[in-house]
Amino acid sequence: MLSPDRVAPREEAEAIARLSRTRSRVAIVLSLVMITMYFGFMTMFAFAKTAMGTILMPGLSLCILLGAGVIVGSFILCLVYVVWANRFYDPAVRRIMS
Amino acid sequence: MQAANNPLAVTFFFIFMALTLGITYWAARRTRTTEQFFAAGGQITAWQNGWALAGDFLSAAALLGIAGIITSHGFDGLIYSIGFLVGWPIISFLIVEPLRNLGKFTFADVVAYRLRQRPVRMAAAIGTLTVILLYLIAQMVATGSLIKLLFGLPYTASVIVVGTAMLIYVIFGGMLATTWVQVIKAVLLSLGGLVLALLVLAHFEMNPLRLFSAAADKYGERVLQPGSKVAGSGWDAISLGVGLMFGTAALPHILMRAFTVPDVKEARMSILYATGIIGSFHLLVFVIGFGAMVLVGPEAVTKAGGGGNMAAPLLALTVGGNGFFGFICAVAFATMLAVVAGLTLSGVATVCHDLWVNVVRSGHAPEREQLTVARIATVAIAVLAVVLGIVFEGQNVAFMAGLAFAVAAAANFPALLLSITWKRFTTAGAVASILIGTFASLLLISLSPTIQVDVLGRSLAEVSQAWWFVPMKNPALISMPLSFLVAIGVSLVTKEDAADSTFQEMRRRIMFGASRTAYAGR
Repeated sequence: MLSPDRVAPREEAEAIARLSRTRSRVAIVLSLVMITMYFGFMTMFAFAKTAMGTILMPGLSLCILLGAGVIVGSFILCLVYVVWANRFYDPAVRRIMS
Repeated sequence: MQAANNPLAVTFFFIFMALTLGITYWAARRTRTTEQFFAAGGQITAWQNGWALAGDFLSAAALLGIAGIITSHGFDGLIYSIGFLVGWPIISFLIVEPLRNLGKFTFADVVAYRLRQRPVRMAAAIGTLTVILLYLIAQMVATGSLIKLLFGLPYTASVIVVGTAMLIYVIFGGMLATTWVQVIKAVLLSLGGLVLALLVLAHFEMNPLRLFSAAADKYGERVLQPGSKVAGSGWDAISLGVGLMFGTAALPHILMRAFTVPDVKEARMSILYATGIIGSFHLLVFVIGFGAMVLVGPEAVTKAGGGGNMAAPLLALTVGGNGFFGFICAVAFATMLAVVAGLTLSGVATVCHDLWVNVVRSGHAPEREQLTVARIATVAIAVLAVVLGIVFEGQNVAFMAGLAFAVAAAANFPALLLSITWKRFTTAGAVASILIGTFASLLLISLSPTIQVDVLGRSLAEVSQAWWFVPMKNPALISMPLSFLVAIGVSLVTKEDAADSTFQEMRRRIMFGASRTAYAGR
């Protein structure tokens, strides 16, 4: 590698690479959870209509429960990421900077 | 119909216009540089930006359209609500931090960061402007017919009023005025939705399940079960989902808002707030749709015209009286106005920043010149939007909004993701992926029942025999993977040393932002 390593000392470059990998891993895992959750729901909606239409109690069917669950779950996943980034990632970035 | 001369609706509308024009006047004096024009000087807080993102994203279709689908088809409307939300976590995990730290005004800044500016910017501009124009036409036509329905104003006049108002917001107030228009609109819309849902639930002991079971008693359990409204075949529903999820994560006017906040942490927080606001709003719309089904009835909604769009306003009239009906109508108007303003501004950013500054002027243009170009582009896009809005009057353009998401998913998302994650990505790969993504989506949809049957009016039996027939109404399931394959394939057969060697530097900047680059240079 040319210029980037000359600007930064070697350990710093390694720390950046490590933290960068950690962030990618968190981002990929959370994205996969999100994609599985949503496309799991959509696959059931598309191909298991009868099961999804099961009435669990008066006024509540399985698809309504799961659908509302996907909406709430999306927000919770965002929250998990933000808490991780604020508590762990940002301080780690600041440590490398100083 | 009572809407035509509802003085309260008109009064609320004038209050909204006076307030937003006042803000535009205030913002105009704070808009002197391109940084201020396109990114409000990076001084918007995370809360404000969260509301503004919700304002940019929640179109009139989110309240009127989805409520109408639920009223007539029950559960199926929720599929759209969910689809409009699930892209937000993806923005949060994969897109927002690199975007905020690498970019200046547009997402093309990110794609072009390691690659050759000119070809990437031109391709990205084609992808972006296609998305914006499709979305803008869909919004303008919906606006014209809805305002006709709600206020009794003639179609052409409605389109011109909306075009003029958005022109004033954007040309004088830039991003600062547009942001506040979005914030006010999102707050009003959420407030209206909340009050409407609570008024409905008051009839059902504040228990949504009682509301749903009342609907099931009246119209059968099928209203709580998956129907066939959303998509013909199962794969079509999945394809719709792909377009909505990854399209949301690559909509230019949404991505642009990452630059309006001071730093990456605020950008991240604003996506979280937006997800919460949009998610809660869609849960309210579910209650509103069922409320209209039980308290107004699908027959009355159909009779009111507008293809189901009157469900929410009629429900407001039933549970809240004339004053509340006027309020909801005015909120719907404000909603349409805000969405077109956001779209226009991101189109202007593409024309000015990507095409003029980086393609025509090779990255160097004086501030004054950039602002002049931006303002000319604003007028051009506003005029284009009004003209296209009038041309497409009465046409079936409902598919255009969905197509805009599909094009964003196929043209913008793969290039954006690969440019920040894959070292071997090359200029040729990016350009090919954006162009193939755009044109494959357009081609697939024009060979599908969406255009052939719904727009051209041919019979399904006849076109489904043709060799070129594409059975899916939503193209993203094919066009997005195709775009990824092209991006990867073309990148592997081409080589770009400059892109390779700047990868480390890009990773530093994703982590530290632009300020660190300046710091390291000192």
